[in-house]
Amino acid sequence: MEFTRRNAIAMGAGALLVAGLPLRASAATSDEAIAAFTGGAEVGTGDIKLTAPEIAENGNTVPIEVSSGSATEIMVLALGNPTPAVATFKFGKLAASRAASTRIRLAGTQDLVAIAKLEDGSFVQASSTVKVTIGGCGG
Amino acid sequence: MASGVKPRVKVPKKATAGEAITIKTLISHKMESGQRKDDDGNAIPRSIINRFTCDFNGENVVDVKMEPAISTNPYFEFEALVPEAGEFKFTWYDDDGSVYEETKSIAIG
Repeated sequence: MEFTRRNAIAMGAGALLVAGLPLRASAATSDEAIAAFTGGAEVGTGDIKLTAPEIAENGNTVPIEVSSGSATEIMVLALGNPTPAVATFKFGKLAASRAASTRIRLAGTQDLVAIAKLEDGSFVQASSTVKVTIGGCGG
Repeated sequence: MASGVKPRVKVPKKATAGEAITIKTLISHKMESGQRKDDDGNAIPRSIINRFTCDFNGENVVDVKMEPAISTNPYFEFEALVPEAGEFKFTWYDDDGSVYEETKSIAIG
């Protein structure tokens, strides 16, 4: 098709829309996920620690650890992944420490957030930025 | 049933009563995230383990809800209290309905 100015503007607008959409969608679903987890309660900082490498060579397997002194549940989100939810850990009475380690996939450099529901019903969060050299979502 | 799924669990053989032990669990599973595309450009559907639980003598230690962001061959490490001798039961729930189980006994001593 002829590359007229009208076409160029239309393509530009289309490209902006497409670029904007995934970003908004990811932010929306992580906000929703956080709201569903906390029931809308305010999230402070405190008894939650998120350990993740500063630089991940391979986005397919990034080791992380979450730990807390008194959390009953910890939810981990990867804000830059196509679906932000990563895992939700529920600790029973026999959990010696409210801590767990695992390996996750990260699509690219992004922020990781860990939100903990503490025994007293309050919520705290910690975040960490991970630089990813090779993305791990099959892209 | 996803094929070739094999759980591997590391639990100490014995502990003192009330001790906190470290448990490592691994299960070989592709964890198809639903993001990959095959050669024709069609998305390969999601097929992952969506939940992992660990119980000791029937009492829950940890219950993990897993999403596609967990790496292939999911690995979990956590600590459990051992009040008495007994059996740890590990269960993985697959999207396709399969359930994989592993048990490990532990003695007090």
